[in-house]
Parts: sequence; C-alpha cells; structure tokens
Amino acid sequence: MTRRFDLVVIGGSAGAIEVLGKVLAGLTDRFSPAVAIVIHLPPEGPNVLHEVFATPGSPPMKPAEDKEPINPGTIYFAPPDYHLLVESGRTFALSQDDRLHFSRPAVDVLFESAAEAYGDRLMGVILSGANSDGAQGLRAVADAGGMAVVQALESAEMIAMPAAALEAVPDSIEVNVSALADLLRTHGVLNDR
Amino acid sequence: MAIAELEVRLLLEAIFDRYHYDFRSYAMASLKRRLAQACDSLHVTTVSGLQERVLHEPESFSQLLQYLTVQVSDMFRDPGFFLALRRQVLPVLATYPSIKVWCAGCSAGEEAYSLAILLHEEGLLDRSIIYATDINAQSLRMASTGVFTLERLRGFTENHRRAGGKCSLSDYYHASQDSKDLVIMDASLRRKITFSDHSLATDNVFSEMHLITCRNVLIYFDHALQTRALRLFSDSLVRGGFLGLGSKESLRFTEASEQFTDFSLPERIYRRKAS
Repeated sequence: MTRRFDLVVIGGSAGAIEVLGKVLAGLTDRFSPAVAIVIHLPPEGPNVLHEVFATPGSPPMKPAEDKEPINPGTIYFAPPDYHLLVESGRTFALSQDDRLHFSRPAVDVLFESAAEAYGDRLMGVILSGANSDGAQGLRAVADAGGMAVVQALESAEMIAMPAAALEAVPDSIEVNVSALADLLRTHGVLNDR
Repeated sequence: MAIAELEVRLLLEAIFDRYHYDFRSYAMASLKRRLAQACDSLHVTTVSGLQERVLHEPESFSQLLQYLTVQVSDMFRDPGFFLALRRQVLPVLATYPSIKVWCAGCSAGEEAYSLAILLHEEGLLDRSIIYATDINAQSLRMASTGVFTLERLRGFTENHRRAGGKCSLSDYYHASQDSKDLVIMDASLRRKITFSDHSLATDNVFSEMHLITCRNVLIYFDHALQTRALRLFSDSLVRGGFLGLGSKESLRFTEASEQFTDFSLPERIYRRKAS
C-alpha cells in the first residue's frame, strides 16, 4: 500500500524557485496533503509567492497565517521575515525570533516543529540552496519517522543545502525535478473515488 | 504527552508558582525553541535541568526571562503602519480633548518613542499620555532611560522618513555624555511616556485608551491567551478606539473579531465597535 502523508514541508533558497515552479505546476486539486514551504527571500520583499506559483487547476495557495488551521490540499508559504512553525494541534504559528543560518524564515524551524506535530505523517523535501539551513530539520523529520527527500545534487543549481541535508540524513531519497513531481503525486494524489 | 512537552509544562508551572510570571499559555512551538537555547546557554541538557536551576538559583531565572521575553523591535517598524496612523487615525484622535495611547509589550521602547514622535509631529503630544508596558523589568528600565546606540537610531532614519516624518529623526535625540556611541531620546518625549510593568496574561484594565498598539506580541500567545488579551484591549478602548497589530497578525482566527471592525486591513488597524 502506498504510504500517505498529511503534510509535506519543503525548504530551499537560491535555485529553488524554478524547481518549485515545475513541481507545483504538476499538482492539481486532487493532491490531498497540505504543503508548507520556506524559501529564503529578502526580509523586505512582498508576500507574493502564492501568486507567483498559482496556475489554473492548481491546489489553493496562500501565505500561512498565525493560528491558522492547516487544511489538507492547501499550499502555504512562509511570509518574509517571519519564522513559520507548526503547533501540535496542527495549526501554524509565526515568530520573529532570531534568524537561524542568517535566515528568517528558516527551514530548520519549520521542519523541526512539523516533525513534532506530524511524526510519520510528514514528508520533508530539501531543494537547491546556498547554505546548510534545513539539514538539522530534515534529520528531525527522519528521526520522527517521516520521509526525507533531497533534490539530487546534479540537478541542483546550488548544492550547499542539499549536500548538507544528505550528510545529515544519508539515507534520504534523492530525486531530480521530474522524479520529485512523480513522488509527490504517488504519495499525495488519491485515485480511489 | 511526550516527555519534552511534560517537562515544559512543569517548568512553566514552577515559574508561575515561584516567580508569578505566567508563560503557561504561550504558543508552544516557538517557546520550545527558546527554551532549548536557554538550556544551551545555561549549560543544562534538559528542560528539567532548567527547572532545577531556576528554582534553586533565582539569578538564573532572570537569565531565562531574557530568553522567554525579549523581542527586538525597530523604531517606525513597518513604516506603512505608522503612515496609516498619521494620516487616518491621528486625525480622529485629534477630536478628543486628551489622548491616551497604550503600547502593550513595549520591550526596549522603540515603538513607544515612535508613537511619541508621531504625536509630536501631528501637534498632539502635549495632550497625550503614552503608557508603555511589558513584563520584562530589565527592558522597562532600559526603555525608560531612552538610551539607544547611535548606530541603531541611524538605521531607523529611513523608516521614519517612509512613515511621513516631518523632520530628521536626529532632531529627537542628542549625544550621551557617557559614550559617543550612545544617544538619548529627548526629555520632551520621555516625559510623555509612562513605562510600567503589566502582564497581558494576568493583569487587567488600568485606564481608558483611545489607541492601543500591540505588535508582534500576540503571535507568541496561544489561542486562549490571545483571546484574553484582545478582550482586555476591547475593554480598555473607548467606543471607536483603535487597535494596531503586527503586520502578520489579525483577528481572523479569534472570537474577538466580533468586538472590532476592520479599519485598515493592510496595516492591521482595527476599531472597537460603537456598541
């Protein structure tokens, strides 16, 4: 039986936007897990990733809000200059605590809190990026029984982030961009209606 | 309940019993991260170890308190918020004979001084009182001295300009005699701000307010405490009084939304309903 997930967390920085564009374009409103995404962006930037990635037929996309219940089949983005966290009651929380790896939002903050809340119902995905943020978070995802996935180095524009993640979780599943889209569909699309 | 979570709950009970600071309804995920940092800096390996330290060594509690409470802010942070106050809110406040403003969770005073400058520039400071409250006594002491580093204040100049500042921010401070790197906010601003200890978790209404700002504080509270704080704000405001929240805070996921109407949704400014 195919393993199912309630939440997919995705982290990346430099080089991740294009990958995400391709992967998210492959999802439809039949994708059932919630997705929470942290991309390193300048703190002063506009809160618009959900508009950048939305296509006709894609799942609903929006910025994650503080105290917001996490709904299945919805794609959420961390707003600039706030950490995004998951609470045990499966709601989002925001914080302005110190930067981690010079980043706010930080991938580690999302992944570690999501691992506590979702355990083995969580998939963590590390994409292209220029620093080691996310490695510790992916370790927490794997330790809590979740599935660890890393963008294959040869397909990543910047390898520092996926390389650090692979070092922290050596048995991660490595995927190129099209394999990642397939993996998400395999584990996230409900066929039996 | 997982052991880690149990340890946190026990620590927070112990802190409340022993020191009367109530963190029991803080949002758990970020609190856990801050406690982990405190464990590192106090050289203990578990939150239970932290509990032993703070119960038996009161001086380590004040160290822990800095981890639990300190939030860094900027003057005129989110300039659009202050511009909206200047253009849309202060003209309404100007119709009152005297104006009371409450800056809840004032930390080192950046926002309280920003509000004082704003009121001054709109000609309202003389008939205004600003109450600036926090639970961190150390922050309050710092804030009431009005001392900041020159470097930080220079960094706020652009924010002030974007908030519609009418003159240079440097007109509002002067060099400290103690150090060339420090500056002091003008006494004319300081004497209009009353800094005092107040907890949104345990204290109550203390005066009737026309404007309350509480920015990037509610995100650290759980749903129940958020509801309590918003009720406190609604009970403190005059009818039609204004509430300003942080740029990513809203009333959307609370019952308190019934007590307020939207005033400027992009800047998160709300108004207490007239009835």
